[in-house]
Amino acid sequence: MSEQVTGAQSLVRALECAGVTDLFGIPGGAILPAYDPLYDSTQVRHILVRHEQGAGHAAQGYAVATGRTGVCIATSGPGATNLVTPIADAYMDSVPMVAITGQVPSASIGTDAFQEADIRGITMPITKHNFLVTDPAEIPRRVAEAFHIASTGRPGPVLVDIAKDALQAQTTFDWPTELELPGYRPVTRPHAKQVREAAKLMLEARRPVLYVGGGVIRARASAELLALAQLTGIPVVTTLMARGAFPDSHPQHLGMPGMHGTVAAVAGLQRSDLIISLGARFDDRVTGNLDSFAPHARVIHADIDPAEIGKNRAVDVPIVGDCREVIGDLVATLRLEHDKGESGDYEAWAEFLTGVKQKYPLGYDEPADGSLAPQYVIQRLGQIAGPEAIYCSGVGQHQMWATHFVQYENPNTWINSGGAGTMGFAVPAAMGAKVGRPDATVWAIDGDGCFQMTNQELATCTIEGIPIKVAIINNESLGMVRQWQTLFYNERYSNTDLQSKRVPDFVKLAEAYGAVGLSCDSPGDVDSTIRKAMEIDDVPVVVDFRVHRDAMVWPMVAAGTSNDDIKFARDLAPEFEEDDL
Amino acid sequence: MSKHTLSVLVEDKPGVLARIAGLFSRRGFNIESLAVGPTEQADVSRMTIVVNVADSPLEQVTKQLNKLVEVIKIVELDQPASVVRELLLVKVRADAESRGQVLEIVQLFKAKVVDVATDALTIQITGNQGKIEDFLRIVEPFGLREIVQSGVVAIGRGGRSIGDRTVKPVPVPVPAPPATA
Repeated sequence: MSEQVTGAQSLVRALECAGVTDLFGIPGGAILPAYDPLYDSTQVRHILVRHEQGAGHAAQGYAVATGRTGVCIATSGPGATNLVTPIADAYMDSVPMVAITGQVPSASIGTDAFQEADIRGITMPITKHNFLVTDPAEIPRRVAEAFHIASTGRPGPVLVDIAKDALQAQTTFDWPTELELPGYRPVTRPHAKQVREAAKLMLEARRPVLYVGGGVIRARASAELLALAQLTGIPVVTTLMARGAFPDSHPQHLGMPGMHGTVAAVAGLQRSDLIISLGARFDDRVTGNLDSFAPHARVIHADIDPAEIGKNRAVDVPIVGDCREVIGDLVATLRLEHDKGESGDYEAWAEFLTGVKQKYPLGYDEPADGSLAPQYVIQRLGQIAGPEAIYCSGVGQHQMWATHFVQYENPNTWINSGGAGTMGFAVPAAMGAKVGRPDATVWAIDGDGCFQMTNQELATCTIEGIPIKVAIINNESLGMVRQWQTLFYNERYSNTDLQSKRVPDFVKLAEAYGAVGLSCDSPGDVDSTIRKAMEIDDVPVVVDFRVHRDAMVWPMVAAGTSNDDIKFARDLAPEFEEDDL
Repeated sequence: MSKHTLSVLVEDKPGVLARIAGLFSRRGFNIESLAVGPTEQADVSRMTIVVNVADSPLEQVTKQLNKLVEVIKIVELDQPASVVRELLLVKVRADAESRGQVLEIVQLFKAKVVDVATDALTIQITGNQGKIEDFLRIVEPFGLREIVQSGVVAIGRGGRSIGDRTVKPVPVPVPAPPATA
């Protein structure tokens, strides 16, 4: 028996049926009908944000922290276009997200009506799929499809745009029991022959590396990865999106590869004879100049998205499938080989990389003037808050330091904007993560530039009882841009000086938002300040860490150059003794 | 670079053409020809897309197309194993003096006159690209007043259909709603 409801009631019922418990949004004209039944929902908690971009990033943070689909909701026109950045971000980082937007009444669509924007057209290139719903009867089915598409295969954002008249009309509610999507059949089971081929290459290789990407986290495959690494002894690198997929404390872990990767991780890929890519996509920030990337390596590329395989780098063994199943099958296949006495011989290689790791550890110079090193702040933060905490970051220098100097031991504890590089991601993402994981300590490690893009969500955090902690790494600059100006533009600091140690007063700003504001500018106070922040669990805390402005991110491979030209500090390139390895 | 003819079966939903055209343009591929129409199956449209690309980017664009939720199947149609046609309508200048010569060409090409005016003939011709180019080259000296051309449509030879075994919807079970709902 189908129930008589309004389109708006149908939408809220559909969200409930999809298992939604939290959503982030702001009402407005076209979505207004939906907010009336939402007011009565006992299952769905709506968190009223201060900017739609905050709603989108919060949904992302929620999704990454919990592994469930994040949901955001906005009105038509500018409400919807304010979601564009988070949607693009979720698309780049394969975050399962459903965005619901109101649209002007169907009779007004195409007339340049008030607050009309063709959000379906606008988001076509940045969504996994999107819908415009004008028939109220379609609402439950489209919502069910949106959640299915967002969360299966390679996850991604799906937008459901609903015309206002469809929300207002009387309709029936039928939650579908089956979906028919003839063009959507993601392959999750890897082909057995490909897995055998891969295992064969792994046994033949002498210098293999497990190149682990964000797909391993999305596939919840950390346990399988650990089993594979331990079974084979193959060294592991984790990309920016995969930090936490493999414990940083594990001796086989070489760290993060890429433009700001560790020397060991970059050298490991560069000199390998076999790259086993698991849920990674040979992004330009990892490979540097593609022509000189890992020139002697054969490639096994496993990904759930066939379009990633061979997109940037030619592949010897392609495997389409869910990473958890792929790695599980690899472990099973290799275990059989081991039982037959067949195992890889990687000892010399592992020893060489251990040597590189010891010789070129991550490090930084203490500022000579006794001021605060940003790396020290982040390192201590990671040590005090520990590996069970969740760390979110914005984009720039602080992001690179946060990925290196916090030790990650668990998946879904590192949340950042990797592919899109969206400044301002941290605060709203941390808010979402804290809603999804209220038991966890959630730190936003943010830059002073990033923080000023989205800090209005502190109001949401205070009012809604979402006690996040924010560490502003305040170097009063757009630090990463400034670093490039130092290195490549003759120290001409065009428009990167934010003067954020003067304006705004971050402590007062925090207090104005009902948060606790703390400040720290000397190394001796770092621990006590962090501990003080850790003790506060009823309101948000913002710590203004006033750090040395000239600190730079090292190691670094300059853009467009070869990974062979990595520098571990300014003008210092590593020297490998065993050049023939 | 070489020419490839793709037959793409898509769900007949609003916006699907924009989705596909947009994908080609943002991934840096130029569509040389595109034709859309209904098929033997209700709710399924067929697009014939001609692109001029090397093999490896073609593989990439095909994979990207396949990721579109509304794309059901993509088949590349090889030239000898398929029939490829396009349709041309052309107004050729033809007065009492030249009309006979133009009509002779029309006959040679098995084309068809679809409209007659005192100073022009409107001619319809179907065929592959080569035939149409040849025809245009020959009537060109008489004066081409207006040309309109359809996109290429193509179909594989033999008894099989590219729609076989594809459009049977595979139902996806929806998880039951939580008990509280």
